[in-house]
Amino acid sequence: MRINKFVIGGIFILGAVVFLIVTATKASAQYFLTIDELNAKGSSVVDKNLRVSGAVIGNSIQYDAQSLTLSFEVAHVPADNLAIESEGGLAEVLHQAILDPSRARVKVIYVGPKPDLLRNEAQAIMTGKLGPDGVFYAEELLLKCPTRYEEAVPEQAG
Amino acid sequence: MIANFGFGVLFITFLVTLYSVFAAIYGDRRQIPALVESARRAMLMTWPLLTLTAGVLIYLLINNHFEVQFVYEVTSRSMPTYLKVTAWWGGQAGSLLFWSWLMSAFASLVTLRKWDRDREFLPWVIVVACVTMAFFIGMNVFFENPFAQLYQTFEGVKPYTFRPPDGILMTPDDGRGLNPLLRHPGMIIHPPMLYLGFVSFVIPYAFAIAALITGRTDDRWIRLTRRWALWAWLFLSFGLVLGGRWAYDVLGWGGYWGWDPVEIAAFMPWLTGTAFLHSVMIQEKRGMLKHWNMLLIILTYDLVIFGTFLTRSGVLSSVHAFAQSAIGPLFFTFIGFTLIASVALIIYRWSGLRSETEMTSMLSREALFLLNNLLFMSILVVCFWGVIFPLISELFSGQKVTVGPPFYERATSPLFGALMLLMGVAPLSAWGHSTVKTLGRTLWKPAVAAVAITVLLFFTYTQKIGALIGFFLVAFVILVTIYEYWRGAYARQRSQGENIFTAFWNLTGRNRRRYGGYIIHISMMLMAIGILGIEIFQVETQGTLAQGESLEIAGYTVQYKEIASWSDAPAGVNYTRSVIDIYRDGKFLGELNPRIDYYFDSQQTMTIPGNRSTMRDDLYILLVDWEPVSSTGATFKIYVNPLVNWLWLGSLLFLAGVVIAAWPEKEAERVPVTVRARVPQQEQTPSAAD
Repeated sequence: MRINKFVIGGIFILGAVVFLIVTATKASAQYFLTIDELNAKGSSVVDKNLRVSGAVIGNSIQYDAQSLTLSFEVAHVPADNLAIESEGGLAEVLHQAILDPSRARVKVIYVGPKPDLLRNEAQAIMTGKLGPDGVFYAEELLLKCPTRYEEAVPEQAG
Repeated sequence: MIANFGFGVLFITFLVTLYSVFAAIYGDRRQIPALVESARRAMLMTWPLLTLTAGVLIYLLINNHFEVQFVYEVTSRSMPTYLKVTAWWGGQAGSLLFWSWLMSAFASLVTLRKWDRDREFLPWVIVVACVTMAFFIGMNVFFENPFAQLYQTFEGVKPYTFRPPDGILMTPDDGRGLNPLLRHPGMIIHPPMLYLGFVSFVIPYAFAIAALITGRTDDRWIRLTRRWALWAWLFLSFGLVLGGRWAYDVLGWGGYWGWDPVEIAAFMPWLTGTAFLHSVMIQEKRGMLKHWNMLLIILTYDLVIFGTFLTRSGVLSSVHAFAQSAIGPLFFTFIGFTLIASVALIIYRWSGLRSETEMTSMLSREALFLLNNLLFMSILVVCFWGVIFPLISELFSGQKVTVGPPFYERATSPLFGALMLLMGVAPLSAWGHSTVKTLGRTLWKPAVAAVAITVLLFFTYTQKIGALIGFFLVAFVILVTIYEYWRGAYARQRSQGENIFTAFWNLTGRNRRRYGGYIIHISMMLMAIGILGIEIFQVETQGTLAQGESLEIAGYTVQYKEIASWSDAPAGVNYTRSVIDIYRDGKFLGELNPRIDYYFDSQQTMTIPGNRSTMRDDLYILLVDWEPVSSTGATFKIYVNPLVNWLWLGSLLFLAGVVIAAWPEKEAERVPVTVRARVPQQEQTPSAAD
């Protein structure tokens, strides 16, 4: 009898936790897509929560300080780590993505302060939604500059 | 040359730890005390050796030896000396060394105590400490050598441990400099605090494993390491808070916690550690949950290793960063190995860990403690799920799906709420048996008062339901705790004839762990006020202002006065500093100076907020953008973060609470018989005292 009481209590807690996890996951899941996938799926993913990563194209960056509207273009980079490694590391992949005009690109609009790390060849990881106009409206913008933090060694030192 | 010397010492230390492991095992199995003693001495050698290694590294850092790759990466000529020293833990290789150095210090401290009665634990404590150390030092020796130097060969410039054939040593003119985000006082002490917490949790784990191997699975290992665990918890908690403070001061997004995988990695061992601190009390008082405690400390240890790895793979990296490091698979192998070996030991000693008593009442103290544990574990599961979900979803659906902060907030807030409720109820429940009636009798007064406060808040402050539930719980816990405190002091005042303040003081002094714990509970509630404030009531606005123009937000008037930009060449920074006047109800409150700093060496800007902090709210202003001298406009982002200061205040009280709880009791643990005999009187149940 006693055992049952605790077992029931335990099952109840377990059920509550599973419920919380499932509902919270459903409510906030973000689909991780590459730019290629984003372009391929197009209208089918409009208004879904998405997480997209790409290489920032430096000369496309425009910032309107009045309205705090930031717009720039990102180019496709593979999401797979093995693919990135085999192509010579993230810094190299980003560099190639910028140089290659045939890569899929998408325009991004973000409203807010201009992030300190936004620059050419940075990796932008954006969460937000794809608008019907094909522009990605980012709500959150995370930037990585791999050359800064990895073991990149100067070409010409000393 | 000197770098090679440092590497040599490091390599010797690696061999010493290996020797220590083998000598301890062999000495124990073959019953050769001299060999165990030799293992102990070898372990004591690691601290001086690692100190020497670290000394060499710091020498290189201070003296701009940029031919050393690590020095090149984390320092530059313009950095002040103290920052060059702290750059020691500014990169992966250095922070692994820092970890080993702390580990060796703690392992040495442990062996300094008297071992007469616990002699059989010694070899296994040495084994665990030295295996852990060997792993971390091995990482440094074979994969992340902080002394690797840059050589020019036909393949370009690369770091090598030894001079490659035809290699020419390269010395760059200047280093890349520490990431500006890390040049902050909070960041200087935040990693060491976190690491102190991480590393000191290894000690209770080492004793747990020693207990499992030797079969002495009573609560001796818990008593021996209780204080270690508390200090570990203190450091870890404080490390987390400092990280939050650093984010608030430096990252410039008006928050302190973003549910980033790196943060979660440091938070997970805290969850299991906190559960552990609670559930060991049940084992000490009631002889129950022995398997569970073992499991908790093992999990904590492996989460510590996992956390070290994840926090080190980069401050600014995302979910996908952690596979990029070469040492990733090794970390996972080590975690897998220790986890499987430790759990196998629990299974091997299963019958020896059986409970001495059975849990009967759902509302007894032990049942509520168990519930507390389950809640902490639930939060852990939520966090873990959030971190691994992208991998799982990719595995099963081929679609990479991630979850962000809303996931964690949604899934954990009911669990945190339940924990708060427990914090209010559990201190008043009795060991062994409690009923709704006995609990209700002690709880109704604080509960009614808490409801009254909530109703008052409803009419004066907020109508938001989530906030009201939160504030009710905060009020309830604080009132219960104060009530409980007061009852104890009052009883003492009556029986001992002390005045109420002396009674308070003596009450705490007599049972530090219990009343220290209460202070910690209150501090958690103060922190909860701050969290509720910023999470629920934060308001923000933004705008571009010309000189003299102003903005209104939450009763404040923010007036932009002027801006100036200048370079500090020796420091390598360009500052752009704005001047803003703050008014409230027409009254001048002061000036704020949000800035943008530009670091030449790393070509990076940093947005430093101007913050006016009161207990009521923080006015937090960021300089977003400004026009060159010809024009006069500047753009600001402004947050008002109500009550957030309570978070920092609570963390200071927390510090006091843990120090009280961990402070050595007058009666030492050397006389276990009397300790056991004292238990019933010492831990009087509140209902009995009523």
